[in-house]
Amino acid sequence: MTVAAAKIETLDRESAALPLLSVRSVTRTYGARIGCADVSFDIWPGEVLAVVGESGSGKTTLLNCISTRLEPTSGTISYRMRDGEMRDLYQLEEAERRVLLRTDWGFVHQNPADGLRMTVSAGANVGERLMAVGQRHYGRLRSTATDWLGRVEIDTERIDDQPRAFSGGMRQRLQIARNLVTAPRLVFMDEPTGGLDVSVQARLLDLLRGLVNDLGLAVIIVTHDLAVARLLSHRMLVMKDGRVVEHGLTDRLLDDPQAPYTQLLVSSILQV
Amino acid sequence: MTAHARTSSYNFAYLDEQTKRMIRRAILKAIAIPGYQVPFASREMPMPYGWGTGGVQVTAAILGPKDVLKVIDQGADDTTNAVSIRKFFQRVAGVETTTRTADATIIQTRHRIPEAPLKQGQVLVYQVPIPEPLRFLEPRETETRKMHALEEYGLMHVKLYEDIARNGHIATTYAYPVKVEGRYVMDPSPTPKFDNPKMHMSEALQLFGAGREKRIYALPPHTEVVSLDFEDHPFEVQRFDKPCALCGAERVYLDEVVLDDRGGNMFVCSDTDHCESRRAEGLRGALSGEVAP
Repeated sequence: MTVAAAKIETLDRESAALPLLSVRSVTRTYGARIGCADVSFDIWPGEVLAVVGESGSGKTTLLNCISTRLEPTSGTISYRMRDGEMRDLYQLEEAERRVLLRTDWGFVHQNPADGLRMTVSAGANVGERLMAVGQRHYGRLRSTATDWLGRVEIDTERIDDQPRAFSGGMRQRLQIARNLVTAPRLVFMDEPTGGLDVSVQARLLDLLRGLVNDLGLAVIIVTHDLAVARLLSHRMLVMKDGRVVEHGLTDRLLDDPQAPYTQLLVSSILQV
Repeated sequence: MTAHARTSSYNFAYLDEQTKRMIRRAILKAIAIPGYQVPFASREMPMPYGWGTGGVQVTAAILGPKDVLKVIDQGADDTTNAVSIRKFFQRVAGVETTTRTADATIIQTRHRIPEAPLKQGQVLVYQVPIPEPLRFLEPRETETRKMHALEEYGLMHVKLYEDIARNGHIATTYAYPVKVEGRYVMDPSPTPKFDNPKMHMSEALQLFGAGREKRIYALPPHTEVVSLDFEDHPFEVQRFDKPCALCGAERVYLDEVVLDDRGGNMFVCSDTDHCESRRAEGLRGALSGEVAP
């Protein structure tokens, strides 16, 4: 092994030991009310973390804080940039933050209309991020879009249709394709299966699981659906009243819940 | 060329001197940052929005007693908008007016750039309805300003992509977005894209005024203006099959004139001055015998 190759390997090993995103005592208050309080966790490359809890437990506030959409009242969030350096997200220039948002990150909204451009075609929706980073070849943009529509199981003949003409499940899949086209390292998902019927949900989850595995994505997924967390995530964070009540590997946490609230949550799942 | 008696109850060129100073400051800033939209305190003018209130204010601010003014609307000197604005400045400024491009020092225009190349010392003032090129893609002003500030212009190509996806080619024919000096993306107002290449490295100063939207922007002389496109779908201007039916000019922008109710039509120069001066030189088109007065 050459010296250079050895060095690269060491660097790889070191960087695998470093978290991709590091959240430290993040608190967000709305006046006297607490959004989320004192949340800390790390996420490593290729890892899927589910944040679960009932509505109003601060899941979405936390997600918005991490994804630089809502500045936390206190605490730090640092992210390992592509050059390997850990940077505090709220110390970045706005321009850097926006570049991060549209290249290295993805954000899948619960309502696809929030994440898609409803008045431009599916192909343009998928190509937008590529055009934003400077791709200027129509033919190549189109073949990438076709490829991605295929990967998220949308009929490629519908490339020129607007998402308005798509069903809820198709819109959600299109939103996922649009986010993944720049090969992000970290994807945020806010209830990605909310509002879809069960069979469509199952198909979407299956697709997501495949993509996450193939692309080695790190994902932070916010959901109130424990089944979604069970299927997709490696680790879980259970929140109640803005605080983390339990944190651990998904299987351990669901099979052997420790905190009283988690026990309640797990036992509330309807059995068919 | 004719000089006119000025109506003395108005200040020279209608606007008061403080307003003109304010507009000139905006113009200077616009010239300093080519393509950047400078906000200004647009005034009410004695004409409705959409009739050129922005262009009129810019013209009023830069007009001097020795200037010679030409006003065109769709390339023509004799349409309502052009005639009324020309009369307006005759009354309130008493300046000389002309229809000849070469004689004018200030040309106020809606939609067209004259066919004759502009010279150093001339100023072209555009009437702009919507100055923001990103507006139809991003309705939030806060967001479009941020996009300009951070040079996030990917969205502009989304629009062109949609054009090709729907029509097989870039079907935007007017208000075709341009990039100025490699920095700001600018809407060249509703001029046909045929005129976009004339903006590039023009010797004349080009000023854009949007009255309702309260914005002024500018292209100083010798500014690089590049029309946006894709590598495999390069920018192209409109082409016409036939020359002008009156003067036989080729490679100019033509207007369709309907002749009868049986589908008869002819294509004539949109720039009336260009057409008239060619005919004065004895040049004739296919239909000039029957139609010319």
